[in-house]
Amino acid sequence: MAGSPTPRVSATVIFPKPTLQQVLDNLRASGFRLIGPTVRDGSVILGTLEKISELPIGRLLDQKAGNSRLLPTHSADYFACTVGPDSWKRYLFPARSDLLTARRNGDGWIFTPASDDSPPFAFIGVKSCDLHAIALQDEVFVNGTIGDPHYAHRRQRVFMLAVNCSTAASTCFCTSMSTGPHVRSGFDLALTELPDSFVMEIGSEAGSNALAGIDWQPASAFDLGRAAQVTQRTERLIQRQVTTSDLPQLLYERIDHPYWDTIAERCLSCANCTLVCPTCFCSTVEDHSDLNGNRTTRTRVWDSCFILDFSHVHGGNSRPTIKSRFRQWMTHKLGAWIDQFGRSGCVGCGRCIAWCPVGIDITEELNRLRTAGAR
Amino acid sequence: MSQVTMVEPVTMMDPMLPRPAVVRAIRPEAYGISTFSLEYTDPDAPLGFAAGQFNMICLPGFGEVAISICSDPGTPRVMEHTIRYAGSVTRAIGRLKIGDVVGLRGPYGNPWPMQLAEGKDLMIVAGGIGLAPLRPVILETLHHRDRFGRVLVLYGGRTPQDLLYTGEFENWQDGGIEMFVSVDRADETWKGQVGVIPMAFYRTRLDHRRTLVFSCGPEIMLRFVIYEAMARRIPKEAIYVSMERNMKCAIGFCGHCQLGPVFICKQGPVFRFSAIEPFFGREEF
Repeated sequence: MAGSPTPRVSATVIFPKPTLQQVLDNLRASGFRLIGPTVRDGSVILGTLEKISELPIGRLLDQKAGNSRLLPTHSADYFACTVGPDSWKRYLFPARSDLLTARRNGDGWIFTPASDDSPPFAFIGVKSCDLHAIALQDEVFVNGTIGDPHYAHRRQRVFMLAVNCSTAASTCFCTSMSTGPHVRSGFDLALTELPDSFVMEIGSEAGSNALAGIDWQPASAFDLGRAAQVTQRTERLIQRQVTTSDLPQLLYERIDHPYWDTIAERCLSCANCTLVCPTCFCSTVEDHSDLNGNRTTRTRVWDSCFILDFSHVHGGNSRPTIKSRFRQWMTHKLGAWIDQFGRSGCVGCGRCIAWCPVGIDITEELNRLRTAGAR
Repeated sequence: MSQVTMVEPVTMMDPMLPRPAVVRAIRPEAYGISTFSLEYTDPDAPLGFAAGQFNMICLPGFGEVAISICSDPGTPRVMEHTIRYAGSVTRAIGRLKIGDVVGLRGPYGNPWPMQLAEGKDLMIVAGGIGLAPLRPVILETLHHRDRFGRVLVLYGGRTPQDLLYTGEFENWQDGGIEMFVSVDRADETWKGQVGVIPMAFYRTRLDHRRTLVFSCGPEIMLRFVIYEAMARRIPKEAIYVSMERNMKCAIGFCGHCQLGPVFICKQGPVFRFSAIEPFFGREEF
């Protein structure tokens, strides 16, 4: 196939939009399973992607507190949709994954770690907030003193095709969390969508190889300028703002504040916010055995601090009320996370705001706690 | 904002994978409480633990529980675990016989700061089964009695029948440990003290300049132990408590054992009180 030689790492190239299909074909030929946003169930869901025509072309997610609607638009942009309820954690830290099997062997047990035959994933269309969310989960699962080999196995093989956001939902607040909208690091390829073409920054050797045999042009200063304008415009679209300079102290000082009672009156403790959150990492383990008890599979399952059983020990639950569980979630996400991992557990993606069935808005609640005054 | 990069995990062996361990002995301690001696069947399994650390014990099909190691760190091949039959896993463990096999992984957690206690007076305050994670401390001080000043054990239980390791108390006293034992409710057989254990502070005549407090028990007891210790001008930095929360992984992944900024499994279960004071005893926190 005729084409330009592969571009060097950190170069920026430009090509017509349909050429993206060739990039995806290259990745699939290299053994990657492509995952990207697709339209399903009236929303944008991550799924296996084969053709760029499966991307949510010309759709927009209209998101408000407790509201997410997929709307048609006049544009034919491939990546205009903001984030849906799914996040990439579904693939790196699946909602259910087997840890091990135990087989009875005479009087004893043989424990065998679960094998992971998942193919390497190529994530197509990762927004900057989600890239930072993945980095936060890396801190939990691989950058500590004890690493999780299941997560690491999936994570280390991921190809990351990131996208600079060209739109923002009313729920977005990445600018407040310093997580976007401009993709700055941690990608193999980073794409900016222009009306007629894609501008592509090469972030790694793997990214460069993915452009093998593709007809690209070096991006001109004019192209780079147009690409920069895309994220600059998006930045201006982001209206929602959160002050973070007084965190985590504000939350620690107000553990016993009466404000938490008012939130408990609205929160259903349904755990939606933690399930759509791209950084929430809590899990539990379940054992499933066959009928004679000779073979057991131990499975890790997403858990949520909103579930009553989460804090159960003999003698009771440490957090028996909705008030205490909501306080735990918000105090951890926006506060304690900073002490634990050096940065906020919130990346400003706005999922928990859009997908809360009663429209509780974490940014508004933080401001209300702040302005409620010291008790 | 941060670079989004990866670091190779330090431990790539599957940390959630237990190793088989055989039940070598079962010693009933009190009603519904027994001590299980466990030994890895694999002779090459890494050994060694420090006083205050815990293991994850599992029975396939039932699940996994975090249990303190209560035996002498000097003899790590066989580890003792005092278990109260409280939930489905511990009740299933209660049905085991000598020679049965469980899954074991560990040891985990931050131990008691034994070295800080050397040359000082050590006050050990325990309630109920909270004596289990402190027993290795007692056994270590007995081995090296000359390294410590006064060693006091304040131990309280609900009733005389709930007290653990009572058969060893005489040995401990003979080894130079001052014992204060008390129960909340006594029957006619009880000849000792009655009352909650923080009250025993009044009988101890501490030197606050050289006393370290190690305490484990119900959180309500810990609150009063801390109160009594601080009332005697023992600094917060010299008070250590062992905390308990629900745990699923013991290695900081599952999120269950958080108390504000700390993971009880990693930074605990033993904490310097001053390190967790803002979060300690907060209602429903």
